[in-house]
Amino acid sequence: MSAINLTTIIKDNQDFIKYVSGESGQPVQQCYQCGKCTAGCPVALDMDYSPNSIVRMVQLGLKDEALRSQSIWICAYCSTCTSRCPRNIDIAKIMDCLRGMAKRQGIKLEGRAKDIALFYDSFLNTVKDNGRLYELGMMLNFNLKSKNYLRDADTGLAMFTRGKIKFVPMRNENYKEMALLFKRVKELEDKSK
Amino acid sequence: MRYAYYPGCCDHTSAKEYDISTRAVCKALGIELMEIPDWSCCGSTPGHSTSHLLGIALSARNLALVEEMGLDCTASCAACYQRLAMANVEMKNDTQLCEKINHITGKPYRGGVKVKSILEVIAEMNQSQILAKVVKSLKNLKIAVYYGCLMVRPRDIQIDDPENPTIMDNLLQNLGAQTLEWNYKTECCGAALAMSNEDIVLKLANKILADAKSAGANCIVTACPLCHFNLDMRQKKVNKAYETDYNLPVFYFTQLVGLALGIKPEALCLRDHFIDTKHILKLIV
Ligand code: SF4
Ligand code: SF4
Repeated sequence: MSAINLTTIIKDNQDFIKYVSGESGQPVQQCYQCGKCTAGCPVALDMDYSPNSIVRMVQLGLKDEALRSQSIWICAYCSTCTSRCPRNIDIAKIMDCLRGMAKRQGIKLEGRAKDIALFYDSFLNTVKDNGRLYELGMMLNFNLKSKNYLRDADTGLAMFTRGKIKFVPMRNENYKEMALLFKRVKELEDKSK
Repeated sequence: MRYAYYPGCCDHTSAKEYDISTRAVCKALGIELMEIPDWSCCGSTPGHSTSHLLGIALSARNLALVEEMGLDCTASCAACYQRLAMANVEMKNDTQLCEKINHITGKPYRGGVKVKSILEVIAEMNQSQILAKVVKSLKNLKIAVYYGCLMVRPRDIQIDDPENPTIMDNLLQNLGAQTLEWNYKTECCGAALAMSNEDIVLKLANKILADAKSAGANCIVTACPLCHFNLDMRQKKVNKAYETDYNLPVFYFTQLVGLALGIKPEALCLRDHFIDTKHILKLIV
C-alpha cells in the first residue's frame, strides 16, 4: 500500500463506513485493535491482511483496499474471531458483508479469491436451477470455469465407488420457485446499491 | 417426540451415512422425524457468504414450510443447522428484515419455529431411556470428539460452549466410551475452502489429526458432514502431503450411538468410509 491521507479518506468514505456498520449490524468503531481476532483465526497466515487490519480498514474508510483484499474471501466463516472479540464485534459478519459488496460491485478478483468466488457461484447456480445442491454439476462447472479440468477427479472417483455421487440432480417439487427467489434478491440488492 | 426433519442436500450423496444413521437411531429411540415436504437448499456457506438476503431467504423458505407443519425443526447437518437457526434468530429480531424476506420467498414466516440440531435432540433425551436400550459398550473407544465451528458459534445459535463444548462427550461417555481432552475440539477444518483451495484445508486437517493422535485417540467423532468429509476423505491426502501415517476412522456420532443400540453396521453405512472402520468395529463389544 502506498502513502495515504487518512483524514481525507475518512471524510470521503463516510458512506462506506456507515453502510458496512449498518448492513452487518456491527459497531465497527468499537474495535480497539487488540488483535485477538487474528490470533485465533485459522487462516490468518494465508490472508493478505489480518482480520483486525480488515476491521481497521473499515473504521478508516479504506474501501478499495478492503474490497480488493484476498482476506475477505479466504475467511472460512468459522466465527472464532467473533466469539473471542472483547468488544462484541461479529467480525465474520463484517467479512460476509464486504464479500457481498465486492461481488455486487464486480470487483475483479485474483488468486485464491477468484477460485473461491467461482466455487460459491457454481454452488449457488445449481441451487437456483434445481432447488437443491447438485454436487456433480457444481464440480464440473467449477472445474470448467476455473480451467482446472481434472481437479478432484480422484475424489470424484472415490465418491462414485461408494455411491456418494449422483449423476442426476435432486430437485424439490417446486424448484421453479427458486429462480424467482434469486431474482427478487437481486432486484432488492440492485435497488440499494 | 416429533420433529420436522431437514436432511440437507448431501443426504443422498456425500453424507448419506449421516442421514441414514440419524434416521435409524431416531427410530430406535422413538423420535419421529417427518421430512419437510418440498424442502430446498439452505444455501450453506456460499449463500450467506455472498449475499445476506439470499442466505436468509434460502433458509427462511424452509422455516415457513416447517411452520405449516406445526412442529419444531431439527437438522442433522451442522451447516444446515447453523443456517436455519441464524435465519430464525435474525428474522425474529428484525421485523423489517422479516418482511423483506417474506416478500422474497413468497412464503410468509411468522417466527414460530424452534430449530435444534439432531445432536441436541438426542443428547437432551432422558439418558436412562437411551441406556435402557443399549446392548453394546463403546468402552474400548478412545474418542477425539470433534465439534468444529458451525454448532458452537456464533453466540446466538451455539448449542454449547464455543471453546470447550461437552454435549457430545457426555452422550458418548454415557454409552461407555472414553472421550479425550484435546486442543482442537472446535478448531475450524476450513471446509468452505475445500474445493477451491485444498492446500489450506490439508494444512488445517493435518493439525486436527495430529492433535487427535497425540491425545491417544483411536477414532474421531463428528456431527458435521463437512468436517467428516474433510477428515475422512482427505486423510490419505494429508498423509501424502505431510508424510504422516494417520489411520483414524471418522464416525458420525449417530453411527456410534446406533452401534451401542445394537443396530447392524450395514444399516449405519459403516462400510462406506474412506478410512476403513473394521479395526474399530471389532472393539465394540
Ligand atoms: S478482537 Fe475485536 S477489538 Fe480486538 S482487534 Fe479484533 S475486532 Fe478489534
Ligand atoms: S471467521 Fe474468518 S476471520 Fe474470523 S477467525 Fe474464522 S476464518 Fe478467521
